[in-house]
This record gives sequence, structure tokens and C-alpha cells, in this order.
Amino acid sequence: MMARTLYQKLWDDHVICTEADGTALLYIDRHLVHEVTSPQAFEGLKIAGRKPWRVSSIVATADHNTPTQYWEQGITDPVSRQQVETLDANIRSVGALAYFPFRDPRQGIVHVVGPENGATLPGMTVVCGDSHTSTHGAFACLAHGIGTSEVEHVLATQCLLQKKSRTMLVWVDGVAGRGVSAKDIVLALIGKIGTAGGNGYAIEFAGPGIRALSMEGRMTVCNMAIEAGARVGFVAVDDTTISYLRNRTFAPKGDTWDKAVTYWRTLVSDEGACFDSTVCLDAGVLQPQVTWGTSPEMVTGIDGAVPAPEDFSDPVKSEGVARALNYMGLVPRTPITQIAIDKVFIGSCTNSRIEDLRIAAGVIKGRQRAESVKLALVVPGSGLVKAQAEAEGLDKIFIAAGFEWRHPGCSMCLAMNDDRLSPGERCASTSNRNFEGRQGGGGRTHLVSPAMAAAAALAGRFVDVRDLV
Amino acid sequence: MDRFVKHTGLVVPLDRSNVDTDAIIPKQFLKSIKRSGFGPNAFDEWRYMDHGEPGMDNSSRPRNPNFVLNLDRYQGATILLARANFGCGSSREHAPWALQDYGFKAVIAESFADIFFNNCFKIGLLPIVCSKAELNSLFGLTEQSTGYTLTIDLENQLLVRSDGHVVPFDIDAFRKKCLLNGWDDIGLTLLHEQEIREFESKRKLRQPWLFS
Repeated sequence: MMARTLYQKLWDDHVICTEADGTALLYIDRHLVHEVTSPQAFEGLKIAGRKPWRVSSIVATADHNTPTQYWEQGITDPVSRQQVETLDANIRSVGALAYFPFRDPRQGIVHVVGPENGATLPGMTVVCGDSHTSTHGAFACLAHGIGTSEVEHVLATQCLLQKKSRTMLVWVDGVAGRGVSAKDIVLALIGKIGTAGGNGYAIEFAGPGIRALSMEGRMTVCNMAIEAGARVGFVAVDDTTISYLRNRTFAPKGDTWDKAVTYWRTLVSDEGACFDSTVCLDAGVLQPQVTWGTSPEMVTGIDGAVPAPEDFSDPVKSEGVARALNYMGLVPRTPITQIAIDKVFIGSCTNSRIEDLRIAAGVIKGRQRAESVKLALVVPGSGLVKAQAEAEGLDKIFIAAGFEWRHPGCSMCLAMNDDRLSPGERCASTSNRNFEGRQGGGGRTHLVSPAMAAAAALAGRFVDVRDLV
Repeated sequence: MDRFVKHTGLVVPLDRSNVDTDAIIPKQFLKSIKRSGFGPNAFDEWRYMDHGEPGMDNSSRPRNPNFVLNLDRYQGATILLARANFGCGSSREHAPWALQDYGFKAVIAESFADIFFNNCFKIGLLPIVCSKAELNSLFGLTEQSTGYTLTIDLENQLLVRSDGHVVPFDIDAFRKKCLLNGWDDIGLTLLHEQEIREFESKRKLRQPWLFS
């Protein structure tokens, strides 16, 4: 048999039938559901008189709208509350493998909750009405975000109509140095290929720089594949994958575990498999990255400076940079280390896992938030992450350093709840999007790693975290 | 889903690349549990001078006089011209819903983000990929002549300019068939119900841990 890429293997394993133009019907193993993109799908299903095909594929939680403090008051915003209650009602009515509602000890961001409960397993197709579903690719899954019509389609048929993507190999050589993390690798990649660089591609992340990452780190990288334009990004199975999954709630046990592991070990690209495109990056020489604009591709190293519109020859790009600098309130040639910040956000499906919190706590331990920083927010990715962090005493380190320790949820990554920037406020954020208004109308977002966000909170401006650790 | 066969309409040029779905429909409007009514809030932060929230009376809000959708000459536009990577970011189908609810039937751009592109087909909003050169020319024509219209002929896969010049475009055969007929994807897929059941049974035997 011809050498196959991991993508091809995952694809082949899920095709039910194919149309003449290559459109295939793919079987979906895991359907993650949250409150924002599902109500219209459940309603559509009901109107059409259809039943969900396989409710045991569903894992649901409320995350986008949920508040991160004053839980005893419930959800005070009536519109948000209605959406969360609609999810409660829908799941109560149809059922699910697992549901972690608002205030459940295991509630959290859907992309944190799935893997930590072992509901994301190698070789699965994983979908969710959320673009950061690519996160689950860290487990060698074919995982991508879908729209609400497709959520309804998956509920009704357990399938999706898909065209095969082209394949891109992102080979990461070298190993990230002290103070440099998975977030810096993926931001540097986006800077290199652009936010449309991965359009039409499925990205396989490989090489020593990826192998050296923990599952948390790999999830961070795959999470932001979508910011490089690729709906799916994934990493082959290795010992790190297997040992992460052992004994997780929904992972197989006993003989079934052994059988599963044997299969999972095959989920690697074959020697000599061909990719449509290859991009190389050396993690060993990377600096911590900081975005300066309103697109994740507008990024540079901590030693860098804000560019000028005239640095770009393409007029559309040049105008885009001018518009971004105007929105961000930045002057060309400003060194990144001279940019002062107002707020810090450590959280989101990109960087809210236990490892992220340990790293951030390690940076701030025994130090203090700068007085000029109005708010430094830590929002764990899930109730389980929060409990683990508290068991390790990380909450106390954050609180002692002047950070706020909150309940889990998407929070200020997209500011659907009360956690948001005010117009003009500048934030060092571990989230994934620096779009205009993303963290609140007029808010200015700089994407960084947890270590860099923690360092910025101490200094009141961006600094090289490598000088602190 | 709405059928799409042929459409002639007024064109509005949105001369920006990387227009993200947060810009097309900001997150505060995603709290709705309905599929309709997003049109008045399409491009909310660019279109209005104040901060929009669900439930506001949009007709009385101050408009940004410089935003292209607010110019008199583009009122009633049904075709949106855009640049590269249109619809990047979140998977929210609320973005195509908002564009459709605003009145758009088609978006013509140099390239689209994958999820947005896919979502458009599910509701009968036609996304058309067009070469940079052809797009530059369309931007020029639209800006030069007030009331500039285009005809989109899906059957023959042609953009027909008012000067008679035609530009062919590509579309997947299956998607084209669905749009021309206004077919419901779910109904089509359920024609394969038996095959799905057989696939599922085999899968259960081979990988039982997926079905616990």
C-alpha cells in the first residue's frame, strides 16, 4: 500500500460514501456542544421532527456565556441566561454521554473539558460549533469547527459532508528554550505563513520541537491552526499521547485499552508519505512572541518593534497595517518592550490548562502586579483545572501577587460575559484572537504566552520573560 | 435552504482583507437563540458610532457616515465585494446569517476562510472566489460608477458585468447542485441512512471504545 499521511488515514477511516466530485460523507465520532451555536440546531431538529442519531457521541457544557465570579447569583444577564437554560433544556430532552452544566465541578471550556475527561481519543472525528475544535487534533483526531447548520446535520445524521483538504507538514526543528513555549511556536508560524496560509489545508505538526511538547502544549499549537487558516491541525500519536490518556474518565480500560493503544500507535504518517506543502520552523532560535496588530499574523519577537505601513509593498496590506496601528493606538517603530498595558488575561481554550497556570505562577511567585495594571485575571479552563491548581496552591500565588482568581469559562477571550476590556484599554492576553473589539468594543489585544502575560503583569509593559525565569 | 440560480444586484465594495466574523457580527449578538434578525447588526462596530447591544432600536442609532455600507449609493446592495481571507476567525454561522439577513445574496472575494465558506453554502448565500486582477477591476468599476450591478449566473458559473464582459468562476459540482435546487443537506444525507448504519455497526466491532 502507498505510504499514507496521518490525514489520509483519518480520512479513510471515516468515509461512508463519496460523490462524483469528491464530496464525501464522513462519520462523526464525537460531537461537542455548547450553548452559543447549538440552540438553532436543536430547534431545527425539532421542527423537522428528527431525533438525534447517537446521543452517546455528545459531550456538552456551558462555557461562552458563563460568568467567572458571583456564581451564587447565577447568570444575571437575562439573554445569556436564556441561552444557557436553552442548552440545559435541550440536553435534558435528548441526552448526552456527559453534560457539565453551569456550576458543575467539571464544567469548563469545551476544548479543555473534552480531553481532560478522556472524551477526546486518538483517531476520532471530533466536531463542535466552535472554530477552536482544532485543539483536539493534538490527540491525532480529525477535529474541526462547524457552523450551526452542520451541528444540526451531525445531530440528525452522525455525519458531515466534506471535501478533502490538501495536506501541509509543519516541521518544527529544535526545542523551545527556557521561557519560550508552544504559544510562541504557533504565533511564529502564523507570522510566517499568514492567517490565510493554511486555507484549504489540514496541518500536521511534527518534528522534535513538537515531540518535546506536553499534550497541553500540543493542544495550544493545534488550537491556533485555525488562526493560520487551517480548520484542522494535528499531531501524531506517541508515548506522550498514550500516557496522558491512561485512566481518564471516558478512556477505555482493561483489554479494550490495550486494543485501543495498538490501534492508536498506527496513527502516524507513514515513512515517505507526501504532503502538498511543507513549512519549517526552528523552535530553538525563537524569542517569546507578541502581536502588535489586529490579526494574529501581525506578530514579532519581544526584541522587535512595531512596523510601519510603508514596510509593506502590497497596498491592501499596507492599508491594513495603518488601520491596525490606528486601532491599536501604536506608533511605527515603537519597541515592543515600550508598550504599556492596562489589563492581563490568563485563560481561554488556548492557554488555561494546568501547565499554563503552573508556568504563569512560576513567573510571578514572590513578585507583585505592577500598580499601573488595573486587572490581572486568571480564568482556569475548567473546574478540574481549577481544583488541581488550588490543590497545588497556585491560586494563593496568584492572589498574593495581586491577580484575580476566577471560575472557569471562555471569559475575556471573547467577552460574551462581563469580563471585557473598555474602549482603549490594552491587554496582554493568552487567548487566540486580537481582532478589533474581540475582548470588548475598542479594546486592544496583544496575544502572548502565559509566561509573557505573567511577566507583563509584573512590569506593566511587555518584557522578555527569559530574564525572569 | 434558499435556491440560488441567477441573480442581478447592486454591488458594494468592502476594501479590506482579513474581515473576520467578529467584525461581521460581534459576539454580543450571538446570545440570541434565533436564526434571523442579525441583519441590522451586520458589521455593527463599523456601521454605527455607538456600542450596539441586543434589543436596541437600531434605526435610531448614530451611523458612521464613512462606512461604505452607509453610503446612499450602496443602499439596497445584494452583492458584497471583499478582499482576501474573508470570514476568518470564529465558526459562527451568525456571520452568514447576518449577511443574508442584511440582504446579500453573494460575496465575491479573493479568498475565504474555510469554515465561513462552508457555512455560506448551508444557507444559500453564494461565496465566489475571484482572481486578484479581476477583483481589482470590479472594485474599480464599482467605485467609479454609481449603481453598478453584476449578474451572477450560477448555472453557467459566470459573473456577467454590465459591459457584457463575463468572468467564469469555479464551484464544486455537488454544492452547485444543492444551491440550484435549494436542497436540504440533511435530507440528502438521510438517503444514505442504511449505509451509515452499516458503517456504524462495523465501527463498533473494530473500535468498541468509541461507543461506550
